[in-house]
Order: sequence, then C-alpha cells, then structure tokens
Amino acid sequence: MTPDASLAIEAAGLFKSFGDTKAVDGVDLAVRRGTVYGVLGPNGAGKTTMIRMLATLIRQDAGTARVLGHDILAKADAVRAGISLTGQFASVDEDLTGRENLILIGRLLGLKRKEVKDRAAELLEAFGLSEAGGRLVKTYSGGMRRRLDIAASVVVTPQLMFLDEPTTGLDPRSRNQVWGIIRGLVSGGTTILLCTQYLEEADQLADRVAVIDRGRVIAEGTPAQLKTSVGSGALQVRLLDPDQRTEAAAILVREFGAVSPDTDPAALSATCSDPGRAAAAIAQLAAAGVEITGFSLAQPSLDEVFLALTGHPSAESPDRTASVEENGP
Amino acid sequence: MSVYPASAEPGRATDEAAVRKAIASTVRPPKVSPLSAALTFGWRGMLKVKHVPEQLVDVTITPVMFVLMFTYIFGGAVAGSTGEYLNYILPGILVMSVLFNTVYSGVALNTDLTKGVVDRFRSLPIWPSAPLVGSLLGDSVRYVISGLVILVVGLILGFRPQAGVPGAAAALGLVVIFSFGLSWIFTTLGLVLRSPNAVMNAGFMGIFPLTFLSNVFVDPTTLPGWLEAFVNVNPISILATASRGLMQGKADLWDIGIVLAVAAGLTIVFAPLTTRLYRRG
Ligand SMILES: Nc1ncnc2c1ncn2[C@@H]1O[C@H](COP(=O)(O)OP(=O)(O)O)[C@@H](O)[C@H]1O
Ligand SMILES: [Mg+2]
Repeated sequence: MTPDASLAIEAAGLFKSFGDTKAVDGVDLAVRRGTVYGVLGPNGAGKTTMIRMLATLIRQDAGTARVLGHDILAKADAVRAGISLTGQFASVDEDLTGRENLILIGRLLGLKRKEVKDRAAELLEAFGLSEAGGRLVKTYSGGMRRRLDIAASVVVTPQLMFLDEPTTGLDPRSRNQVWGIIRGLVSGGTTILLCTQYLEEADQLADRVAVIDRGRVIAEGTPAQLKTSVGSGALQVRLLDPDQRTEAAAILVREFGAVSPDTDPAALSATCSDPGRAAAAIAQLAAAGVEITGFSLAQPSLDEVFLALTGHPSAESPDRTASVEENGP
Repeated sequence: MSVYPASAEPGRATDEAAVRKAIASTVRPPKVSPLSAALTFGWRGMLKVKHVPEQLVDVTITPVMFVLMFTYIFGGAVAGSTGEYLNYILPGILVMSVLFNTVYSGVALNTDLTKGVVDRFRSLPIWPSAPLVGSLLGDSVRYVISGLVILVVGLILGFRPQAGVPGAAAALGLVVIFSFGLSWIFTTLGLVLRSPNAVMNAGFMGIFPLTFLSNVFVDPTTLPGWLEAFVNVNPISILATASRGLMQGKADLWDIGIVLAVAAGLTIVFAPLTTRLYRRG
C-alpha cells in the first residue's frame, strides 16, 4: 500500500473476529483529510470494532491500515499523537467534575498547569458547560455528557477524530447541539470518522458514507448517491381544514406524481426526499390558499436503506429492530 | 423523522462559531514523560477520594469496629487486659485496614473498564502503563489515610507504641509498600473479572481468610499445630509481626526483609501481567 498524503485513513481488508463472530469482515476504507466520513450501520454491524482497531485500541487479525499516514500496528504511538476518540459510551470520568475531566486530559497531553486551566474554561464555555463545569459528571444529562466527551477530545485539536454514535439516545435538542459542534469541528479542518445508526445524521454531516452490515461494506458513496439508490422519504402535510384536501392533493400530485393514502383526513403525504422540492410544493399550497398546520420531510429509515441495499431488514433479531427504532431521532 | 426548516435550532450558529474558535487555538505540546503521566493519574485518584469518600470510609470503618470490638469484648479474655491486647492487636488491625483497601484498587480499575474512560486513556499518546501505575500511587495515599485513621483511634483508646512516631511511621510505610505489591493481584483480577462486584467478592474472599488465619488477632502459639504452621508462614502474619516490632522498637530485620521481598515478588509477577492485560484491552 503506497501512502496517499491526502488520506487521513486508508484501510485494506481489515478483519477482526471474536470467536465465531466476524465483527469486521474485510473492510476497505479511504477517508480524505478535512472531510466527514460516515459509517452507517445497525447495532452489531461492526462499527465500534472498526473504530477500536483504527484508534489502536485493539489489533486487527488481518488486513492493514494507515491512519494519518502511519501504520496502525507499527506506528501506534504516532497514530495516537494525532487522533482523538469519543467512544460509544461516554468516555469521561463520572466521579470527576467536568472541569477536572478536561484538566486531566490536558495535563496528559502536556499542557502546562496554567494553560490547562484556561483551556478547560474556554472549552466549557464553547460547549455550553460553564455552569456545570464544577459539578460531578454523574449528575450530567446525556447531552451534557456527550458535549463534555467531545470537548475532552479537542482539548488539544486532533487531526482526526473518531466519533462513535455521538447522538444515540439523545433528545432532538441535544442532538442538534452535538451536530452544531461537529459542524464547528469540521469547518475548523478536523477530519472526522462518524459512526451512526441514523441515515439522517450521515446525510446532515457526512461528505461520504459507507454502509456496513455484518462487518462488510455493502454500499459507499455520497449521501445523495446513497439516497438515490435507496429511493426516497416522504413529505407529509397537515391541513388546517380537511375540506381543502382535494385541492391540496391535486397540487401534490402535480408536484410529485402521486399522494399516498392516509387514514388521517387532515394529513397528506407524497414520496419525496429533496427538501428543495418539498419547499416548492409547500409554496404552491400556500399560493393556492391551502392552509397547513405543519409539514415534515421524513427520510428513509435505516431499515428501508437496508431493505433496499441488501434485500433483508437490518436486524437479525426482533429486539434489535426495536432498539434501533426506540433510539431513533 | 426530521422537521423542516432545520434552522429552527436557536443556539446552533453560536455553537458552531464558539467551537470553531475554541479548536482553532491549540498547538500540540510535546509528549509528556512517563512519570508526569503517572503522577497525573495519581492526582485523578486523589480527586476520587475527595469526591467519593464513601469508599474510603467503608473500608476504614470496618477495621475501626474491629478495634473497638476486640479491645473491649475479647481483649480481657485473650491477653489478660485491654491495654495489653491493644498493643498486640493494633499493628495487626492497621495491616488489615490497609490490606482491605487494596481490593478497591482492583474494583476501581474494573469500574473504569466497564465505563468508556479507559478507551480514551488508551488512545492517548502516553506511556501505556501510566494509568495503572498512577492509580496505584494515588491508592497508596488512600492506604496511608486509612492507616492513620487506625493509628489515631488506637492512640485515643490507649495504644502507646514504644518506638513513638518514627516507629509508627516506619510500620505504616512498610504496610503501604506491601499493599502496593499486593494490589497488583487485585488489578489483575480487575482486568480478568467481569464486574466491579465480582472483583470485590473475589478479593474479599481471598483477603478475609488470609487475615483471620494470620497472627493479626490471636497469638498463633494458642492454635493447633497445623494451623500454627500455616499462620506462621502467612505473609500477613510476617507483616503484622514486623509492624509490631517497628512500633515497639524491636524490629526484626529478617521479617522486614521477607515483607519487602514478597512485595517485590508480587510486583514482578503481577505488574507485567496487569500491564499486558491492560494494553491488550
Ligand atoms: N469484545 C468482544 N467480544 C466478543 N464479541 C464482540 C466484542 N466486541 C464486539 N463483538 C461482536 O462483534 C460484532 C460487532 O460489534 P460492534 O463492533 O460493537 O458493532 P456496532 O458498533 O456496529 O454495534 C457484534 O456481533 C458484537 O457482539
Ligand atoms: Mg457500537
């Protein structure tokens, strides 16, 4: 493998098994520097195992990878010097305060006593944790913990950051805050490998996405390519007055070709995944005097993506499907 | 399901700008030395004593109860008078108190592992053993505190070490050194067992019988021959005897030598084992 300087991660045939489970089964990856690369897959797909290999926490059984130009086995130290990891389960110390967590990491990374204090204060401020900074982390909400976790990962700005399911289990508000933080990191030039179970998250943040299932990459491309290959989501409109339904349906049929039957007399939905076209349709409705109380654009769920890509649902066991849905944003 | 327009998120723009500003400002400092990394982890251990004092209190209260119970209930019967018995038993209980604390070193490590925080430590560009060595250094401070508590309780009850403060300090030092060695066994357990509770149970299942089958509480010459033989070779007995000697100003160098050798042996065997297990993850 000849190193390509424009790549932050370059992996070929990565393989790791636990007993009979092939957790990661021959993965190739190429992640450009300065981009966000999404790894999309259901529970148990192998996302965490992949991150743990790339972050030098476990050794692969086969295959090779270079992270920031360094071989992950031969030059693990050099890799560690340029990465940071925000694990799936908050990788902060619950028995310490938020501020102490940041100071701990800062000291370990070689910041001086004075520098590290200022740095912790600066980060707490930027991540909306100033007031909570002196409290023990075990009293934090899930969203606060996540933000602290990410703050701990940028005490010294990494070149490459691994984020493992940063918004799983968060409420929509916290999720949006985390997304804002990730966008900030990206615009600052950090490369991010983002594992997620949510197509919407990958769509919002990632430049490219690999879909993985049972340890294998089953699709790779930009989110737009992925969505096109999968088909689309749905625009749902709620009418103020159900009597305007026929009129509204005519407009949506003109825009999208068809409307789906809906049991709710005040609701209408049509197949659509393009926010631009959805907005145009809403404008049309307004122009025609149809009053609406709300609308939403739902993207295809991970299950639909999987069904489209593999012909089988994402989950192997029923309770796995349930947990994916429960945690859905 | 996502609701558009997505920009209906109040703090978003400011979040992004603040984050961008915060991450723009840092230069990566040079790698820290192994010692400095370990000391930083020691500092973390100290913070835990401050924030979660319950653990230290738990393990210290039991030995204090033992001091009171044995001194007043059994003291008269076993050694003739409470004062005399206290002089015999206090160094032993000091040993017990500090040794109980070593189990918690394993419990704490296992707790770290079951949370995600070890993954972060292991992904940092530091000496890989620093978290382990640092925690044990921090734990040693915990050992000293729990030992001091017992000494103070003893002094209040009438314990009078003939060798005074230097003797008591030397005894405490020896106990802490031995505990440092012993705690490597528990950190190994902490890495092998599944839950903090399992570590605690296994730890106490080992340390309890060993403590009671030592000369901490009774003079072994009163025991049946086979038991006496075991009690006499039990390192905890030797440690207790050495501590008594140091406190009474008639330390046996041979005993002290054995204690130090056992501590070194435990460290030589279990420290690399712990480190290997820890690095492998
Ligand atoms: N340490 C481990 N021991 C045994 N099996 C594991 C271990 N880590 C992961 N696995 C298994 O490997 C597969 C992939 O897990 P993981 O990488 O955690 O997936 P994801 O992060 O996508 O949910 C799962 O079947 C999981 O049970
Ligand atoms: Mg995972």
